[in-house]
Amino acid sequence: MTAPMLKIEGLRASYGAIEALKGVDVEIHEGEIVTLIGANGAGKSTLLMSMCGKPKPSAGRVIFEGRDITGMTTHHIMRLGIAQSPEGRRIFPRMTVLENLRMGAVVTDPAHFDQDLERAFTMFPRLKERQNQRGGTLSGGEQQMLAIARALMSRPRLLLLDEPSLGLAPIIVRQIFQVIREINAEQGMTVFLVEQNAFHALKLAHRAYVLAGGKVQMSGTSAELLGNEEVRAAYLEGGH
Amino acid sequence: MEYLVQQVINGVTLGSVYALIAIGYTMVYGIIGMINFAHGEVYMIGAFTSLIGIIVMGLLGVTWVPLALFMVLLASMAITALYGWSVERVAYRPLRGSFRLAPLISAIGVSIFLQNYVQISQGARPKPIPPVIRGGFELMTSSSGFTVTLSYLQLFIIVLTIVLMVGFTYLITQTSLGRAQRACEQDRTMASLIGIDVDRTISMTFVMGAALAAVAGMMVTLYYGVIDFYIGFLAGIKAFTAAVLGGIGSLPGAVLGGLLIGLIEALWSAYFSVEYKDVAAFTILVLVLLFRPSGLLGRPEIEKV
Repeated sequence: MTAPMLKIEGLRASYGAIEALKGVDVEIHEGEIVTLIGANGAGKSTLLMSMCGKPKPSAGRVIFEGRDITGMTTHHIMRLGIAQSPEGRRIFPRMTVLENLRMGAVVTDPAHFDQDLERAFTMFPRLKERQNQRGGTLSGGEQQMLAIARALMSRPRLLLLDEPSLGLAPIIVRQIFQVIREINAEQGMTVFLVEQNAFHALKLAHRAYVLAGGKVQMSGTSAELLGNEEVRAAYLEGGH
Repeated sequence: MEYLVQQVINGVTLGSVYALIAIGYTMVYGIIGMINFAHGEVYMIGAFTSLIGIIVMGLLGVTWVPLALFMVLLASMAITALYGWSVERVAYRPLRGSFRLAPLISAIGVSIFLQNYVQISQGARPKPIPPVIRGGFELMTSSSGFTVTLSYLQLFIIVLTIVLMVGFTYLITQTSLGRAQRACEQDRTMASLIGIDVDRTISMTFVMGAALAAVAGMMVTLYYGVIDFYIGFLAGIKAFTAAVLGGIGSLPGAVLGGLLIGLIEALWSAYFSVEYKDVAAFTILVLVLLFRPSGLLGRPEIEKV
Protein backbone atom coordinates (compact mmCIF):
# COMPACT_ATOMS: atom_id res chain seq x y z
CA MET A 1 0.00 0.00 0.00
CA THR A 2 1.29 3.45 -0.86
CA ALA A 3 1.96 6.05 1.79
CA PRO A 4 -1.14 8.03 2.77
CA MET A 5 -1.61 11.52 1.35
CA LEU A 6 -2.44 12.80 4.78
CA LYS A 7 -1.40 11.24 8.03
CA ILE A 8 -2.44 12.65 11.38
CA GLU A 9 -0.72 11.13 14.38
CA GLY A 10 -1.60 11.66 18.02
CA LEU A 11 -2.86 15.16 17.33
CA ARG A 12 -3.72 17.28 20.35
CA ALA A 13 -5.05 20.82 20.23
CA SER A 14 -6.61 23.24 22.69
CA TYR A 15 -8.73 26.33 22.64
CA GLY A 16 -7.51 28.23 25.68
CA ALA A 17 -7.71 25.90 28.65
CA ILE A 18 -10.01 23.39 26.93
CA GLU A 19 -8.33 20.50 25.18
CA ALA A 20 -10.56 19.76 22.20
CA LEU A 21 -8.41 17.04 20.62
CA LYS A 22 -6.84 14.40 22.82
CA GLY A 23 -4.66 12.41 20.47
CA VAL A 24 -6.31 11.85 17.09
CA ASP A 25 -5.02 9.50 14.38
CA VAL A 26 -6.39 9.72 10.85
CA GLU A 27 -5.09 8.54 7.49
CA ILE A 28 -6.36 9.63 4.11
CA HIS A 29 -5.23 8.12 0.82
CA GLU A 30 -5.16 9.82 -2.50
CA GLY A 31 -8.49 9.67 -4.33
CA GLU A 32 -10.53 8.81 -1.25
CA ILE A 33 -13.51 10.48 0.30
CA VAL A 34 -13.08 10.08 4.04
CA THR A 35 -15.67 11.36 6.42
CA LEU A 36 -15.37 12.30 10.04
CA ILE A 37 -18.65 12.08 11.91
CA GLY A 38 -19.48 12.93 15.47
CA ALA A 39 -21.77 14.96 17.68
CA ASN A 40 -21.63 18.68 18.27
CA GLY A 41 -18.52 19.58 20.23
CA ALA A 42 -16.72 16.33 19.48
CA GLY A 43 -13.79 18.28 18.07
CA LYS A 44 -14.45 17.76 14.36
CA SER A 45 -14.00 21.37 13.29
CA THR A 46 -11.04 21.75 15.62
CA LEU A 47 -9.37 18.86 13.83
CA LEU A 48 -9.80 20.49 10.42
CA MET A 49 -8.68 23.87 11.70
CA SER A 50 -5.66 22.64 13.65
CA MET A 51 -4.50 20.68 10.59
CA CYS A 52 -4.40 24.11 8.99
CA GLY A 53 -2.54 25.63 11.91
CA LYS A 54 -5.43 27.38 13.68
CA PRO A 55 -4.94 26.65 16.53
CA LYS A 56 -1.48 25.15 16.24
CA PRO A 57 -1.43 21.56 17.51
CA SER A 58 0.02 21.21 20.99
CA ALA A 59 1.26 17.69 20.29
CA GLY A 60 1.30 15.11 17.51
CA ARG A 61 2.11 15.39 13.84
CA VAL A 62 0.40 16.17 10.57
CA ILE A 63 2.12 14.78 7.48
CA PHE A 64 0.87 15.90 4.07
CA GLU A 65 2.38 14.23 1.00
CA GLY A 66 5.35 13.10 3.06
CA ARG A 67 5.99 16.55 4.48
CA ASP A 68 5.61 17.44 8.14
CA ILE A 69 3.31 20.46 8.22
CA THR A 70 2.77 20.52 11.98
CA GLY A 71 3.37 23.99 13.37
CA MET A 72 3.58 25.69 9.98
CA THR A 73 1.67 28.94 9.66
CA THR A 74 -1.77 28.70 8.12
CA HIS A 75 -1.04 30.59 4.93
CA HIS A 76 1.96 28.36 4.22
CA ILE A 77 -0.08 25.21 4.71
CA MET A 78 -2.81 26.50 2.39
CA ARG A 79 -0.23 27.01 -0.33
CA LEU A 80 0.81 23.35 -0.33
CA GLY A 81 -2.31 22.01 -2.04
CA ILE A 82 -4.84 21.95 0.78
CA ALA A 83 -8.03 23.98 0.70
CA GLN A 84 -10.82 24.27 3.20
CA SER A 85 -14.46 25.18 3.07
CA PRO A 86 -14.76 26.01 6.76
CA GLU A 87 -17.48 25.82 9.35
CA GLY A 88 -19.99 28.61 8.81
CA ARG A 89 -18.80 28.98 5.18
CA ARG A 90 -17.05 32.29 5.90
CA ILE A 91 -17.89 33.95 2.61
CA PHE A 92 -16.39 37.45 2.35
CA PRO A 93 -19.68 39.30 2.84
CA ARG A 94 -18.80 42.57 1.13
CA MET A 95 -17.17 41.03 -1.91
CA THR A 96 -19.08 39.84 -4.93
CA VAL A 97 -19.32 36.17 -5.82
CA LEU A 98 -16.73 36.76 -8.51
CA GLU A 99 -14.36 38.49 -6.08
CA ASN A 100 -14.82 35.67 -3.58
CA LEU A 101 -13.81 33.19 -6.26
CA ARG A 102 -10.86 35.36 -7.18
CA MET A 103 -9.79 35.34 -3.53
CA GLY A 104 -9.85 31.55 -3.64
CA ALA A 105 -7.32 31.69 -6.44
CA VAL A 106 -4.74 33.92 -4.76
CA VAL A 107 -2.26 31.07 -4.41
CA THR A 108 -2.47 29.87 -8.02
CA ASP A 109 -1.11 31.08 -11.32
CA PRO A 110 -3.48 33.83 -12.59
CA ALA A 111 -3.26 32.23 -16.04
CA HIS A 112 -5.53 29.42 -14.80
CA PHE A 113 -8.18 31.76 -13.51
CA ASP A 114 -10.58 31.92 -16.47
CA GLN A 115 -10.52 28.19 -16.97
CA ASP A 116 -11.04 27.48 -13.26
CA LEU A 117 -13.83 30.02 -13.10
CA GLU A 118 -15.57 28.34 -16.01
CA ARG A 119 -15.30 25.01 -14.21
CA ALA A 120 -16.75 26.50 -11.02
CA PHE A 121 -19.69 27.97 -12.94
CA THR A 122 -20.33 24.67 -14.70
CA MET A 123 -20.34 22.93 -11.35
CA PHE A 124 -22.64 25.51 -9.74
CA PRO A 125 -24.61 27.36 -12.45
CA ARG A 126 -26.34 29.27 -9.69
CA LEU A 127 -23.09 31.10 -8.91
CA LYS A 128 -22.83 32.30 -12.48
CA GLU A 129 -26.26 33.92 -12.20
CA ARG A 130 -25.23 35.55 -8.95
CA GLN A 131 -21.66 36.47 -9.91
CA ASN A 132 -22.00 40.21 -9.31
CA GLN A 133 -24.01 39.89 -6.15
CA ARG A 134 -22.37 40.44 -2.78
CA GLY A 135 -21.50 37.32 -0.82
CA GLY A 136 -23.42 38.47 2.24
CA THR A 137 -26.70 38.62 0.31
CA LEU A 138 -26.64 34.99 -0.87
CA SER A 139 -28.86 32.30 0.60
CA GLY A 140 -27.30 29.65 2.83
CA GLY A 141 -27.20 27.11 0.02
CA GLU A 142 -25.62 29.54 -2.41
CA GLN A 143 -23.05 30.51 0.20
CA GLN A 144 -22.17 26.85 0.68
CA MET A 145 -21.75 26.39 -3.06
CA LEU A 146 -19.57 29.47 -3.15
CA ALA A 147 -17.47 28.23 -0.21
CA ILE A 148 -16.77 24.94 -2.00
CA ALA A 149 -16.16 26.65 -5.34
CA ARG A 150 -13.80 29.12 -3.70
CA ALA A 151 -11.84 26.29 -2.08
CA LEU A 152 -11.55 24.54 -5.46
CA MET A 153 -10.22 27.70 -7.12
CA SER A 154 -6.84 27.09 -5.47
CA ARG A 155 -6.53 23.77 -7.35
CA PRO A 156 -6.05 21.74 -4.17
CA ARG A 157 -5.15 18.07 -4.06
CA LEU A 158 -6.85 17.70 -0.68
CA LEU A 159 -10.22 19.32 -0.07
CA LEU A 160 -11.41 19.80 3.50
CA LEU A 161 -15.15 20.33 3.91
CA ASP A 162 -16.66 21.29 7.23
CA GLU A 163 -20.36 20.47 7.51
CA PRO A 164 -21.46 21.49 4.05
CA SER A 165 -25.00 20.29 4.80
CA LEU A 166 -25.54 22.38 7.92
CA GLY A 167 -28.79 24.32 7.90
CA LEU A 168 -29.62 23.55 4.28
CA ALA A 169 -32.78 22.20 2.71
CA PRO A 170 -32.58 18.47 1.84
CA ILE A 171 -32.72 19.14 -1.88
CA ILE A 172 -29.71 21.48 -1.66
CA VAL A 173 -27.85 18.98 0.50
CA ARG A 174 -28.36 16.31 -2.16
CA GLN A 175 -27.14 18.69 -4.83
CA ILE A 176 -24.00 19.59 -2.90
CA PHE A 177 -23.22 15.98 -2.05
CA GLN A 178 -23.65 15.11 -5.71
CA VAL A 179 -21.03 17.72 -6.61
CA ILE A 180 -18.63 16.30 -4.03
CA ARG A 181 -19.15 12.84 -5.51
CA GLU A 182 -18.47 14.20 -9.01
CA ILE A 183 -15.28 16.07 -8.19
CA ASN A 184 -14.00 12.95 -6.50
CA ALA A 185 -14.97 10.61 -9.32
CA GLU A 186 -14.09 12.83 -12.26
CA GLN A 187 -11.10 14.78 -11.02
CA GLY A 188 -9.82 12.28 -8.51
CA MET A 189 -10.04 14.89 -5.76
CA THR A 190 -9.25 13.62 -2.29
CA VAL A 191 -11.90 14.82 0.14
CA PHE A 192 -11.96 14.93 3.92
CA LEU A 193 -15.55 15.60 4.89
CA VAL A 194 -16.66 16.55 8.38
CA GLU A 195 -20.37 15.97 8.93
CA GLN A 196 -23.05 15.74 11.55
CA ASN A 197 -25.40 14.41 8.92
CA ALA A 198 -23.90 10.96 9.36
CA PHE A 199 -26.24 9.05 7.08
CA HIS A 200 -25.56 11.16 4.01
CA ALA A 201 -21.87 11.37 4.78
CA LEU A 202 -21.51 7.60 5.15
CA LYS A 203 -23.43 7.03 1.92
CA LEU A 204 -20.98 9.30 0.13
CA ALA A 205 -17.64 8.42 1.69
CA HIS A 206 -15.38 5.41 1.17
CA ARG A 207 -14.16 5.31 4.74
CA ALA A 208 -15.12 6.99 7.97
CA TYR A 209 -13.94 7.91 11.42
CA VAL A 210 -16.17 8.55 14.41
CA LEU A 211 -14.93 11.27 16.72
CA ALA A 212 -16.19 11.65 20.29
CA GLY A 213 -14.72 13.52 23.21
CA GLY A 214 -11.68 14.54 21.19
CA LYS A 215 -10.71 10.98 20.26
CA VAL A 216 -11.37 8.59 17.40
CA GLN A 217 -13.87 6.07 18.76
CA MET A 218 -14.28 3.96 15.67
CA SER A 219 -13.12 3.74 12.10
CA GLY A 220 -13.72 1.58 9.09
CA THR A 221 -15.30 1.53 5.68
CA SER A 222 -18.55 3.42 5.38
CA ALA A 223 -20.43 0.18 4.82
CA GLU A 224 -19.05 -1.23 8.07
CA LEU A 225 -20.04 1.82 10.05
CA LEU A 226 -23.47 2.02 8.44
CA GLY A 227 -24.06 -1.53 9.64
CA ASN A 228 -22.61 -0.98 13.10
CA GLU A 229 -25.15 -1.10 15.91
CA GLU A 230 -23.46 1.57 18.05
CA VAL A 231 -23.13 3.96 15.14
CA ARG A 232 -26.74 3.41 14.19
CA ALA A 233 -27.92 4.08 17.71
CA ALA A 234 -25.78 7.15 18.29
CA TYR A 235 -25.71 8.88 14.93
CA LEU A 236 -28.22 7.44 12.51
CA GLU A 237 -31.47 6.79 14.37
CA GLY A 238 -33.79 9.72 14.62
CA GLY A 239 -34.84 10.22 11.03
CA HIS A 240 -31.93 11.56 9.04
CA MET B 1 -19.25 86.09 -0.89
CA GLU B 2 -15.56 86.45 -1.80
CA TYR B 3 -14.65 85.95 1.81
CA LEU B 4 -16.63 82.71 1.89
CA VAL B 5 -14.95 81.40 -1.27
CA GLN B 6 -11.57 82.09 0.29
CA GLN B 7 -12.53 80.21 3.43
CA VAL B 8 -13.75 77.26 1.39
CA ILE B 9 -10.39 77.14 -0.42
CA ASN B 10 -8.58 77.25 2.92
CA GLY B 11 -10.90 74.63 4.36
CA VAL B 12 -10.46 72.22 1.47
CA THR B 13 -6.68 72.57 1.76
CA LEU B 14 -6.75 71.84 5.46
CA GLY B 15 -9.29 69.08 4.87
CA SER B 16 -6.93 67.39 2.39
CA VAL B 17 -4.33 67.13 5.11
CA TYR B 18 -6.84 65.68 7.58
CA ALA B 19 -8.14 63.27 4.96
CA LEU B 20 -4.67 61.87 4.30
CA ILE B 21 -4.11 61.27 8.01
CA ALA B 22 -7.64 59.95 8.55
CA ILE B 23 -7.10 57.20 5.97
CA GLY B 24 -4.39 55.74 8.19
CA TYR B 25 -6.74 55.58 11.17
CA THR B 26 -9.60 54.09 9.25
CA MET B 27 -7.54 51.45 7.41
CA VAL B 28 -5.91 50.20 10.57
CA TYR B 29 -9.26 50.14 12.33
CA GLY B 30 -10.80 48.27 9.42
CA ILE B 31 -8.19 45.56 9.41
CA ILE B 32 -7.38 44.98 13.08
CA GLY B 33 -10.15 46.84 14.88
CA MET B 34 -7.92 49.12 16.91
CA ILE B 35 -7.47 52.88 16.97
CA ASN B 36 -3.80 53.53 16.34
CA PHE B 37 -3.36 56.47 18.68
CA ALA B 38 0.27 56.76 17.65
CA HIS B 39 -0.76 57.67 14.10
CA GLY B 40 -0.68 61.41 14.84
CA GLU B 41 2.94 61.00 15.91
CA VAL B 42 3.73 59.12 12.72
CA TYR B 43 2.42 62.14 10.85
CA MET B 44 4.64 64.37 13.01
CA ILE B 45 7.63 62.17 12.09
CA GLY B 46 6.62 62.69 8.46
CA ALA B 47 6.68 66.45 8.97
CA PHE B 48 10.14 66.29 10.56
CA THR B 49 11.61 64.02 7.90
CA SER B 50 10.23 66.43 5.26
CA LEU B 51 11.80 69.36 7.03
CA ILE B 52 15.13 67.60 7.25
CA GLY B 53 14.76 66.56 3.62
CA ILE B 54 14.17 70.13 2.50
CA ILE B 55 17.26 71.26 4.39
CA VAL B 56 19.30 68.42 2.88
CA MET B 57 18.09 69.40 -0.60
CA GLY B 58 19.24 72.94 0.14
CA LEU B 59 22.65 71.68 1.24
CA LEU B 60 22.96 69.49 -1.83
CA GLY B 61 22.16 72.48 -3.97
CA VAL B 62 19.00 71.03 -5.55
CA THR B 63 17.33 74.35 -6.26
CA TRP B 64 14.72 73.32 -8.80
CA VAL B 65 11.73 73.19 -6.47
CA PRO B 66 9.60 70.48 -8.17
CA LEU B 67 12.52 68.04 -8.21
CA ALA B 68 13.50 68.87 -4.64
CA LEU B 69 9.95 68.44 -3.36
CA PHE B 70 9.47 65.22 -5.28
CA MET B 71 12.63 63.74 -3.77
CA VAL B 72 11.72 64.95 -0.30
CA LEU B 73 8.26 63.47 -0.70
CA LEU B 74 9.58 60.05 -1.69
CA ALA B 75 12.23 60.00 1.03
CA SER B 76 9.81 61.16 3.69
CA MET B 77 7.20 58.60 2.67
CA ALA B 78 9.77 55.81 2.76
CA ILE B 79 11.26 56.77 6.11
CA THR B 80 7.90 57.40 7.75
CA ALA B 81 6.57 54.12 6.35
CA LEU B 82 9.48 52.41 8.07
CA TYR B 83 8.40 54.02 11.35
CA GLY B 84 4.82 52.88 10.79
CA TRP B 85 5.98 49.36 10.06
CA SER B 86 8.22 49.29 13.14
CA VAL B 87 5.49 50.56 15.43
CA GLU B 88 3.19 47.73 14.35
CA ARG B 89 5.95 45.18 14.63
CA VAL B 90 7.22 46.23 18.05
CA ALA B 91 4.15 47.53 19.84
CA TYR B 92 1.05 45.88 18.34
CA ARG B 93 1.87 42.55 16.79
CA PRO B 94 3.05 40.93 20.04
CA LEU B 95 -0.27 41.92 21.59
CA ARG B 96 -2.45 40.47 18.85
CA GLY B 97 -4.92 38.05 20.38
CA SER B 98 -4.58 39.78 23.71
CA PHE B 99 -7.48 41.69 25.27
CA ARG B 100 -8.86 44.58 23.22
CA LEU B 101 -7.49 47.36 25.36
CA ALA B 102 -3.88 46.13 25.32
CA PRO B 103 -2.85 47.47 21.89
CA LEU B 104 -4.69 50.71 22.63
CA ILE B 105 -2.62 51.28 25.76
CA SER B 106 0.47 50.28 23.83
CA ALA B 107 -0.45 52.87 21.17
CA ILE B 108 -0.61 55.63 23.76
CA GLY B 109 2.80 54.50 25.00
CA VAL B 110 4.23 54.64 21.49
CA SER B 111 2.73 58.08 21.05
CA ILE B 112 4.43 59.41 24.19
CA PHE B 113 7.67 57.70 23.22
CA LEU B 114 7.75 59.20 19.72
CA GLN B 115 6.99 62.70 21.00
CA ASN B 116 9.82 62.54 23.48
CA TYR B 117 12.14 60.90 20.99
CA VAL B 118 11.67 63.78 18.55
CA GLN B 119 11.81 66.36 21.34
CA ILE B 120 15.16 65.03 22.50
CA SER B 121 16.69 64.35 19.11
CA GLN B 122 15.43 67.50 17.36
CA GLY B 123 14.96 69.93 20.24
CA ALA B 124 11.76 71.26 21.75
CA ARG B 125 11.67 74.64 20.02
CA PRO B 126 9.39 75.15 17.00
CA LYS B 127 11.24 74.69 13.72
CA PRO B 128 10.53 77.32 11.08
CA ILE B 129 11.37 77.11 7.38
CA PRO B 130 11.08 79.87 4.80
CA PRO B 131 8.31 79.45 2.21
CA VAL B 132 9.33 77.05 -0.54
CA ILE B 133 6.41 77.66 -2.90
CA ARG B 134 5.36 81.29 -3.26
CA GLY B 135 2.65 83.08 -5.15
CA GLY B 136 -0.73 82.04 -6.45
CA PHE B 137 -3.73 82.80 -8.60
CA GLU B 138 -5.89 85.80 -7.79
CA LEU B 139 -9.32 84.45 -8.54
CA MET B 140 -11.60 87.43 -7.87
CA THR B 141 -11.73 90.72 -6.05
CA SER B 142 -14.73 92.13 -4.22
CA SER B 143 -15.91 95.72 -4.44
CA SER B 144 -14.46 96.35 -1.00
CA GLY B 145 -11.03 95.24 -2.21
CA PHE B 146 -10.83 91.69 -0.77
CA THR B 147 -8.97 89.40 -3.15
CA VAL B 148 -9.59 85.67 -3.24
CA THR B 149 -6.30 83.84 -3.68
CA LEU B 150 -5.62 80.23 -4.49
CA SER B 151 -1.94 79.93 -3.70
CA TYR B 152 0.23 77.56 -5.74
CA LEU B 153 0.88 75.71 -2.53
CA GLN B 154 -2.83 75.19 -1.88
CA LEU B 155 -3.27 74.01 -5.45
CA PHE B 156 -0.31 71.65 -4.98
CA ILE B 157 -1.81 70.23 -1.79
CA ILE B 158 -5.26 69.71 -3.30
CA VAL B 159 -3.98 68.22 -6.57
CA LEU B 160 -1.51 65.93 -4.80
CA THR B 161 -4.29 64.73 -2.50
CA ILE B 162 -6.53 63.95 -5.48
CA VAL B 163 -3.73 62.09 -7.26
CA LEU B 164 -3.00 60.05 -4.14
CA MET B 165 -6.70 59.23 -3.67
CA VAL B 166 -6.98 57.98 -7.23
CA GLY B 167 -3.85 55.88 -6.89
CA PHE B 168 -4.95 54.61 -3.52
CA THR B 169 -8.41 53.64 -4.76
CA TYR B 170 -6.79 51.72 -7.59
CA LEU B 171 -4.50 49.96 -5.13
CA ILE B 172 -7.36 48.89 -2.88
CA THR B 173 -9.79 47.80 -5.57
CA GLN B 174 -7.57 46.40 -8.32
CA THR B 175 -4.35 44.99 -6.92
CA SER B 176 -3.71 41.72 -5.12
CA LEU B 177 -2.49 43.61 -2.05
CA GLY B 178 -5.73 45.60 -1.96
CA ARG B 179 -7.80 42.45 -2.31
CA ALA B 180 -5.80 40.81 0.47
CA GLN B 181 -6.44 43.85 2.66
CA ARG B 182 -10.16 43.74 2.02
CA ALA B 183 -10.20 40.01 2.71
CA CYS B 184 -8.38 40.52 6.02
CA GLU B 185 -10.74 43.34 6.88
CA GLN B 186 -13.77 41.12 6.33
CA ASP B 187 -12.55 37.85 7.83
CA ARG B 188 -8.96 37.40 8.96
CA THR B 189 -9.26 33.68 9.68
CA MET B 190 -10.70 32.99 6.24
CA ALA B 191 -8.06 35.18 4.64
CA SER B 192 -5.35 32.96 6.10
CA LEU B 193 -7.28 29.86 4.99
CA ILE B 194 -7.06 30.95 1.36
CA GLY B 195 -3.31 31.42 1.72
CA ILE B 196 -3.02 35.13 2.49
CA ASP B 197 -0.19 36.13 4.80
CA VAL B 198 -2.29 38.10 7.27
CA ASP B 199 0.63 39.49 9.28
CA ARG B 200 2.29 40.81 6.16
CA THR B 201 -0.97 42.36 4.96
CA ILE B 202 -1.41 44.13 8.29
CA SER B 203 2.18 45.39 8.10
CA MET B 204 1.52 46.76 4.62
CA THR B 205 -1.56 48.55 5.93
CA PHE B 206 0.56 50.37 8.50
CA VAL B 207 3.14 51.14 5.82
CA MET B 208 0.50 52.64 3.53
CA GLY B 209 -1.14 54.65 6.31
CA ALA B 210 2.22 56.01 7.43
CA ALA B 211 3.24 56.94 3.87
CA LEU B 212 0.04 58.96 3.42
CA ALA B 213 0.56 60.60 6.82
CA ALA B 214 4.07 61.55 5.68
CA VAL B 215 2.57 63.37 2.70
CA ALA B 216 0.27 65.21 5.10
CA GLY B 217 3.30 66.03 7.27
CA MET B 218 5.15 67.50 4.32
CA MET B 219 2.12 69.54 3.28
CA VAL B 220 1.77 71.02 6.74
CA THR B 221 5.47 71.80 6.94
CA LEU B 222 5.22 73.74 3.70
CA TYR B 223 1.83 75.29 4.46
CA TYR B 224 2.42 76.60 7.96
CA GLY B 225 6.20 76.91 7.69
CA VAL B 226 6.67 75.88 11.31
CA ILE B 227 6.47 72.54 13.08
CA ASP B 228 7.29 71.15 16.49
CA PHE B 229 7.31 67.77 18.19
CA TYR B 230 3.78 68.26 19.53
CA ILE B 231 1.86 68.84 16.27
CA GLY B 232 0.91 65.17 15.98
CA PHE B 233 -1.37 65.29 18.97
CA LEU B 234 -3.93 67.81 17.76
CA ALA B 235 -3.74 66.85 14.09
CA GLY B 236 -4.04 63.22 15.09
CA ILE B 237 -7.16 63.77 17.14
CA LYS B 238 -8.72 65.90 14.43
CA ALA B 239 -8.00 63.31 11.76
CA PHE B 240 -9.42 60.71 14.11
CA THR B 241 -12.53 62.89 14.42
CA ALA B 242 -12.66 63.03 10.63
CA ALA B 243 -12.45 59.23 10.43
CA VAL B 244 -15.25 58.86 12.99
CA LEU B 245 -17.38 61.48 11.25
CA GLY B 246 -17.01 59.71 7.93
CA GLY B 247 -17.56 56.32 9.52
CA ILE B 248 -14.56 54.53 10.96
CA GLY B 249 -13.45 51.72 8.66
CA SER B 250 -14.78 53.45 5.54
CA LEU B 251 -12.16 54.86 3.16
CA PRO B 252 -14.45 57.27 1.27
CA GLY B 253 -15.74 58.21 4.72
CA ALA B 254 -12.26 59.22 5.87
CA VAL B 255 -11.87 61.53 2.90
CA LEU B 256 -15.33 63.03 3.30
CA GLY B 257 -14.80 63.43 7.05
CA GLY B 258 -11.42 65.06 6.52
CA LEU B 259 -12.83 67.60 4.09
CA LEU B 260 -15.78 68.37 6.36
CA ILE B 261 -13.58 68.87 9.41
CA GLY B 262 -11.27 71.11 7.37
CA LEU B 263 -14.21 73.17 6.14
CA ILE B 264 -15.85 73.41 9.55
CA GLU B 265 -12.60 74.55 11.09
CA ALA B 266 -11.92 77.17 8.41
CA LEU B 267 -15.45 78.54 8.45
CA TRP B 268 -15.66 78.54 12.23
CA SER B 269 -12.37 80.44 12.43
CA ALA B 270 -13.57 82.95 9.85
CA TYR B 271 -17.03 83.68 11.19
CA PHE B 272 -16.89 82.89 14.89
CA SER B 273 -13.63 82.56 16.65
CA VAL B 274 -10.16 81.32 15.80
CA GLU B 275 -9.53 80.47 19.45
CA TYR B 276 -12.44 78.04 19.53
CA LYS B 277 -11.79 76.27 16.23
CA ASP B 278 -10.63 73.11 18.02
CA VAL B 279 -13.78 73.16 20.11
CA ALA B 280 -15.82 73.16 16.90
CA ALA B 281 -14.07 70.06 15.62
CA PHE B 282 -14.39 68.18 18.87
CA THR B 283 -18.02 69.16 19.31
CA ILE B 284 -18.57 67.38 16.02
CA LEU B 285 -16.85 64.30 17.47
CA VAL B 286 -19.13 64.33 20.51
CA LEU B 287 -22.26 64.86 18.40
CA VAL B 288 -21.37 62.09 15.96
CA LEU B 289 -20.60 59.67 18.77
CA LEU B 290 -23.90 60.53 20.44
CA PHE B 291 -26.25 60.53 17.48
CA ARG B 292 -24.62 58.60 14.67
CA PRO B 293 -21.80 56.42 16.01
CA SER B 294 -21.40 54.62 12.69
CA GLY B 295 -20.61 57.94 10.97
CA LEU B 296 -21.83 59.27 7.65
CA LEU B 297 -20.72 56.39 5.43
CA GLY B 298 -19.95 53.72 8.01
CA ARG B 299 -21.63 50.39 8.50
CA PRO B 300 -23.48 49.69 11.73
CA GLU B 301 -21.58 47.34 14.05
CA ILE B 302 -24.11 44.52 13.89
CA GLU B 303 -23.83 42.35 10.83
CA LYS B 304 -26.01 39.65 9.49
CA VAL B 305 -24.20 36.36 9.84
